[in-house]
Amino acid sequence: MLSAQNLHLTFNPGTPIETQALRGMSLDIPAGQFVTVIGSNGAGKSTFLNAISGEQTVDSGVILIDGEDVTQQPVWNRARKVARVFQDPMAGTCENLTIEENMSLALGRGQFRSLRQAVREEMRVLFRERLAMLGLGLENRLTDRIGLLSGGQRQAVSLLMAALRPSRILLLDEHTAALDPRTAQFVLDLTVRIVAEHGLTTMMVTHSMRQALDVGDRTVMLHQGRVVLDVAGDTRRGLEVPDLLAMFEKVRGEELADDSLLLG
Amino acid sequence: MSIYSMWGAFEIGLIFGLVALGVLISFRVLNFPDLTVDGSFPLGGATAAILIHHGTDPFLATGVATLAAGFAGMVTGWLNVRLKIMDLLASILMMIALYSINLRVMDAPNVPLITDPTVFTLLQPASLEDYVARPLILLALVVIVKLLLDWFFATQVGLAMRSTGSNPRMARAQGIRTGNMVLLGMAISNALCGLAGALFAQSQGGADISMGIGTIVIGLAAVIIGESILPSRRLVVATLAVVIGAVLYRFFIALALNADFVGLKAQDLNLVTAVLVTVALVIPLAKQRLRKKKA
Repeated sequence: MLSAQNLHLTFNPGTPIETQALRGMSLDIPAGQFVTVIGSNGAGKSTFLNAISGEQTVDSGVILIDGEDVTQQPVWNRARKVARVFQDPMAGTCENLTIEENMSLALGRGQFRSLRQAVREEMRVLFRERLAMLGLGLENRLTDRIGLLSGGQRQAVSLLMAALRPSRILLLDEHTAALDPRTAQFVLDLTVRIVAEHGLTTMMVTHSMRQALDVGDRTVMLHQGRVVLDVAGDTRRGLEVPDLLAMFEKVRGEELADDSLLLG
Repeated sequence: MSIYSMWGAFEIGLIFGLVALGVLISFRVLNFPDLTVDGSFPLGGATAAILIHHGTDPFLATGVATLAAGFAGMVTGWLNVRLKIMDLLASILMMIALYSINLRVMDAPNVPLITDPTVFTLLQPASLEDYVARPLILLALVVIVKLLLDWFFATQVGLAMRSTGSNPRMARAQGIRTGNMVLLGMAISNALCGLAGALFAQSQGGADISMGIGTIVIGLAAVIIGESILPSRRLVVATLAVVIGAVLYRFFIALALNADFVGLKAQDLNLVTAVLVTVALVIPLAKQRLRKKKA
């Protein structure tokens, strides 16, 4: 479904702050798989996600989604195939627009937009049905500005929005990181539910090793812009956080200095 | 203040209501600080005046003027979107470019329209005095434009435009070509200002190269006054509020200039505008402070 082949991306090349964000990153994700991605700060997790969504254009390498070469396509064009939830709850929705208007925008992701009314009654029925799933009472607040909602509520709505229109791949960029622990758990449970319900091919970046092992079918660890660990199936089921750390150290042959990976 | 000058203030207020609607689109919906208005308003006036002067049908002339101004707005958008020139600077470039273009369009610093037919003389019912008929015709037009905008912003394209101004990153992630939305929005915004300019020239007896000076400030004043009178995030309310703001603004100006004891004269117009906008901007802040003191 998704195939990233030998991606390279360097920020500020030729300057003292030159950063090689991606150095030969390759990853294939078959349809329906739920992949969790971990790695220390600067490992290239977010850059990789941005490269797939099109917010960053890679220097070299090829990105195929559903067999189509999207490497040079701008974000708006890839939106037909890529759904996304951002880390910042404010980033995924338009705070000046109502809940139903935001959902209508997402329902039209990658579609031709015409001069028809954006929010119609049959859509409201769908929106109410999906919102009711959250158990937050939002189904009765369709015409409230989404800016009135809390960060957790907005993130939950963002998730629903990402699943309104079928996608080839769903990108989740540390989408629970900005939330308090309880809300983060709620949003994570919701993620698992939605992904399972729609059978979505998903890539979730997380900074929690626990989460990375508990959720999804496969775990990938990035370091210095490439994949250093890729586990799935029985190997993965038997793994605990300390094992993951040990494997990481073995692969890299160096100490892991960033203890933020241990949290969660 | 005489009845005559009150109708006059209402008339000009409604014309600037169109400008205010245009400014609402650029500044508030698209989040694009656009000064092109100071050039597109007189472009509309100049185009309509010269065409009517040469015998074109006033309705057609007004339509052409509106399109010309819309195109000017689109060029500003293009400078920003495609050439990556900062929004404010792009609009300033377009504004001064239009000064020369307007002189070329008119081939003179002004074009009088004293005896020529206008959309107002053609629409005016025989039973009404012209100074009453003009504001009523404008009122009908402004209501129609307001309703059209309300309809547009509720469509899929309109919603895409609003999301472009509110959260461009999210808009792109939903597959919206934000650059095109900016071009379209800037075109609509400046088309409305050009329409206002065309009507202004026909109501005031001609176009003048200096008629555009300060248009953006008046438009902004109308938006700000409207928002402080009818504060709402709903666009349907905002489109009404800014028109009311524009009319009220003209009444304030007429009052200030008519009150002999104040000693203001016509040349003080822009200073009065600046003071009015400043007051309208400060009122919400002062209100907040007052509320805090009480609490």
